[in-house]
Amino acid sequence: MGDSSLHVLKGIELQIAEGELVAIMGSSGSGKSTLLNILGMLDTADEGEYRLDKVLIKDLTETIAAKYRNLFLGFVFQSFNLINYKNAVENVALPLYYQGLARKIRQQKALEYLDKVGLKEWATHLPSELSGGQKQRVAIARAMASQPKVLLADEPTGALDSKTSNEVMGLIQQINREGKTILVVTHELDIAHMCKRIITLKDGIIVEDQKVDQILVDTHVQ
Amino acid sequence: MFNRDRWQEIFQTIRKNKLRTLLSGFTVALGIFIFIVLFGFGNGLKNSFKQFFLDDATNTLWVYPGLTSKPYRGFKANRRIEFENNDLEDIRNNFEFFLEDITPRISRRSIVKYKGESDNYSTRAVAPAHQYMEKTIMMKGRFIHQDDLSNKTKIVVIGRLVAEDLFKDEDPIGKYIEVGSIAFKVVGVFQDQSGDREERLIYMPYTTRQLLEKNNDKIDYFIVSFRPEMGYTSTLAFERQLRLFLKNKKDIDPRDNNGIRIRNVADQIRQNQQFASVLQIIVAFVGIGTLIAGIIGISNIMVFVVKERTKELGVRKALGATPKNVIAMVLQESIFITTLSGVFGMICGIFLLRNIGDRLAQFFIIDPYIESITAMIATVLLIIFGAIAGYIPAKRAASIKPIVALRDE
Repeated sequence: MGDSSLHVLKGIELQIAEGELVAIMGSSGSGKSTLLNILGMLDTADEGEYRLDKVLIKDLTETIAAKYRNLFLGFVFQSFNLINYKNAVENVALPLYYQGLARKIRQQKALEYLDKVGLKEWATHLPSELSGGQKQRVAIARAMASQPKVLLADEPTGALDSKTSNEVMGLIQQINREGKTILVVTHELDIAHMCKRIITLKDGIIVEDQKVDQILVDTHVQ
Repeated sequence: MFNRDRWQEIFQTIRKNKLRTLLSGFTVALGIFIFIVLFGFGNGLKNSFKQFFLDDATNTLWVYPGLTSKPYRGFKANRRIEFENNDLEDIRNNFEFFLEDITPRISRRSIVKYKGESDNYSTRAVAPAHQYMEKTIMMKGRFIHQDDLSNKTKIVVIGRLVAEDLFKDEDPIGKYIEVGSIAFKVVGVFQDQSGDREERLIYMPYTTRQLLEKNNDKIDYFIVSFRPEMGYTSTLAFERQLRLFLKNKKDIDPRDNNGIRIRNVADQIRQNQQFASVLQIIVAFVGIGTLIAGIIGISNIMVFVVKERTKELGVRKALGATPKNVIAMVLQESIFITTLSGVFGMICGIFLLRNIGDRLAQFFIIDPYIESITAMIATVLLIIFGAIAGYIPAKRAASIKPIVALRDE
């Protein structure tokens, strides 16, 4: 850390329409995670403009950023980032808590989303009692629970084997089919090809932006 | 603050992070506990200093003869000074302005017998004024009267324990006991607050003792009481004048410090109270030190707690927690724990003090206590500082960009 800053992104011009499923590819250090973090308001850009659903995202106070994150964005991380002392349903309910919903509604909604990712019967299990794939599905349920406009996934399959990777990607495709805009950062080509559009970054600039034919995975989730 | 959801969130965090909770709670509880116990001990010390003087009148000078250390008016050094009955008279006549009363004391050990029982006791031959000066409390009968002095009657006033030893269940009043093979009539039984030693004494008129010792007029030493309304400086003036008077009368060099010794009880009490106050200050200092150590301890733990939770706080922020949410959560948890454990430590400390009573009397700690307001202030202070100590790292954690907090180690 420290104060020394590094210019990672060097001019990105990008438009993503509603309902797209975009893969952001690139080798490590290409700036793909930084881009995603800026989109997710987890990080800020030094220059340039970012509009999310026509809202200019600039110079936000932490409080407003928190509110926007809560309302507009859902995050899925490579390392899941579940809160380890909360069980599955409590983890899923957390963004709803920050939305200020009543406890009963939170519980009900969280269960609903857990059911969507096929983990209803695991609701009371702690993250430590779940497999990697299950954890990521809980994380996806958590990201979805607040009904965000955009789902941002940073290497969602990075810590998973190929079988569970497919399961998770299947889930993401399914969510996309329901109309959600999703950005997936990945460095795996086969994962990228499960998306509808691939943006390739290199050294902080977009070197390729192409629509692809989506490879559908079996959506039957165990 | 009274949001049920937030409390539930906090209780869950506490429940799921027992070690952390225990650690910070223990630090606070221990800090308060030690502070209260130490402070209480300070008060206990003060109490015990007070008690040292409870059994004697405090407006007294104790005047002892000594050995001269300088030759004077033709007398050699190392002369033993002795007091006689006329010294009492002279003091009475010369110090009317200061004087309340005066009593001599002649102490002897004697074998005392009653029927089959016999033992060795200390006897004190005194004047009636002695009762007031030693705060002797009569249980039965009477103390020595002025008539006893003039008639040199063979009466004794015996201590509670003497009566128990010699008479068992019998009523000693009017009975005759042998003191050094001379029969004395018991006219009174007394008790004394300063304890067993004082209650194993036997009092008799000093004139009677002098009669038994070849009718001399020697006195071991005497106790003078001055008017209680006299201020501290007049006391010192009286002491100084009395010393000069006696030195002149007994032909002692005015610069000789050894011929006459005067113990001024008022002065002693004053010194002792000052000493006790100094002790209290030291104890309070140590107590405050403990409190500060507790504050530093809780600060460290809070820094550690926030550090440990950085990632969790980052996740919460990514999910929509505002900085305020984050700070409030960390703070409320810390205040909750410090309050609970602070009060617990306080109650334990107070409880311990209450139960000590006089069990530590051998260490000069009697009835230790702490004013509840002091205990409260200390506890509240610790809670406030715990909150401040939690606020600083919590604020920092809340302002870290979530991406920094979430970065994989």
